[in-house]
Amino acid sequence: MPTRAERTGSPDVSPILAAATTPSHQRPARAASRSASSLRRLWSGIWRLWFFAVVLVAWWVLSADSTSTFFPPLRNIVGRLYDLWIAGDARTNAWSSLQHFAIGYALAGLFGVGVGALLWKFARVGRAVSPVLYFVYVIPTAALLPAIMAIMGIGGSMQITIIVLAAVWPTMLNTLDGMRGIDPIKLDTARVMHMSALRTVRTVVLPGAMPQIMAGLRHSLQIGVIMMVVSELVASESGIGFFILEAQQRFAITDMWTGIIILALIGSVLTFLFVAVERVVLAWYIGARAVEKKG
Amino acid sequence: MAYPEVSPGSTTAATAAATAPVLSVRNVEKAYNVGRPDEKLAIADVSFDVAKGEFVCVVGPSGAGKTTILRCLSGLLPPTSGEVRFEGARLQDVPDRLSVVFQDYSRSLFPWLTVNKNVAVPLKVAGVRKQEREDRIRTVLHAVGLGDVGTSYPWQLSGGMQQRVAIARALAHQPDMLLMDEPFASVDAQTRFDLEDLILEVRRQLDITVVLVTHDIDEAVYLSDRVVVLSGAPSRIAEIVDVPLGRPRNQLTTRSSETFGRLRSHLMQLVTTA
Repeated sequence: MPTRAERTGSPDVSPILAAATTPSHQRPARAASRSASSLRRLWSGIWRLWFFAVVLVAWWVLSADSTSTFFPPLRNIVGRLYDLWIAGDARTNAWSSLQHFAIGYALAGLFGVGVGALLWKFARVGRAVSPVLYFVYVIPTAALLPAIMAIMGIGGSMQITIIVLAAVWPTMLNTLDGMRGIDPIKLDTARVMHMSALRTVRTVVLPGAMPQIMAGLRHSLQIGVIMMVVSELVASESGIGFFILEAQQRFAITDMWTGIIILALIGSVLTFLFVAVERVVLAWYIGARAVEKKG
Repeated sequence: MAYPEVSPGSTTAATAAATAPVLSVRNVEKAYNVGRPDEKLAIADVSFDVAKGEFVCVVGPSGAGKTTILRCLSGLLPPTSGEVRFEGARLQDVPDRLSVVFQDYSRSLFPWLTVNKNVAVPLKVAGVRKQEREDRIRTVLHAVGLGDVGTSYPWQLSGGMQQRVAIARALAHQPDMLLMDEPFASVDAQTRFDLEDLILEVRRQLDITVVLVTHDIDEAVYLSDRVVVLSGAPSRIAEIVDVPLGRPRNQLTTRSSETFGRLRSHLMQLVTTA
């Protein structure tokens, strides 16, 4: 590739020329390439799924004549999946699970960000409380299940409690960490502008910590889904986890697989939605990082 | 010698006797980690005045506590002893009529806000209505030579443009005084000249007082009415030097004048021997 200096034939001025002309050259180019790049992104999205499609087809073909009790043909699974979850009343199990998840995850997110922010704001209290928090944090929440069941009994509120208890940590600790990492110059800037404490949090601290808060929320999402299922496996009379366990116990292995596939679908949709929200919320961060990488 | 030697720690310079200074710094001392084994004196004794409309630069050898003194002047950092008065009142916090431009624009600008919204922040804090806010944002961006970048994010702009945004934001709520901490240290030489002229022009138009901390002696002479020279840490005043250069200044003619050269070598000598 010929360098700019070779093309202009004047190595001394070319860097200045380049510096003077690049911004104005770049902007229209960027706008024009936007539609082309969105097409390209769509295509690369399709391209990324090709292996997934191959696996599905292979599963379908290889399992077509299966007589194994544990690995029924995919065709049968898909058929049962339609009968049970789309036409049938297994849907109520899905709704029950999703309801508990939604409430639990929302509470975990709110508590996580709220308590994390308080621990940051009152650093002295935070330092005293931290060891206790970390001690509770390392307890696998599943181990708390018997205790929580004993205290709260079996039911929706107990399941929600389990989800909140497990999912609150990544968001809380990431919020605390993100807020601690705010550049002190930004806080000085807030002081110079006479921002109130509340406005400083809203305008500077929350957005500044948002990349880490979102990372925490994403981790919390995964843990929330896991605990949703675990709580249903252990102590519940509804939900997808309950459905899977119950199907396995009455040797309806095909039905069991449908529940597992439904969980995979729900997990994928939730992750997809999360990433979509993240792209909007962190658009500035993604953009700034891309600029940084280009140098 | 053309410049009177001022003994270190002396509080008065001939020019500071003007009427009611905007900023008055009296025997400021700043120590870090007071009472602990690692106590460190950053500023021993600094006193000077800044008159209304004056452009004062603070220079000193590296490690002379230039940023510390600026933070004391802005009210961000309380001095260990001595006092700073701004418009007659003793500093408790950052005064309302004072703005600060920090060295590193990438650290002081908010990357999650567009240029317009960055500049709007201090106006929102001050409760300026939306319509007037928009007018002021447009005026102030125009004043720093930025046209249609309002909807861009800071990180989409060059370094020089980002520092212009930071200056615009500092000017938005029409302060009486601007404190600048090495504001042109992170941009290339050409941009630096442009920004120096920009800040002189802004000062002329808005008639504000500027105190600028820099390690660059040429820059200090080019911009200032007076230069406050600090000694090495712990800082004292080495000398306060008048800059009898006419205005408006010009990067080419001012910098090549005989007075400029004389001041430059005098300051260079002060800084390197301080």
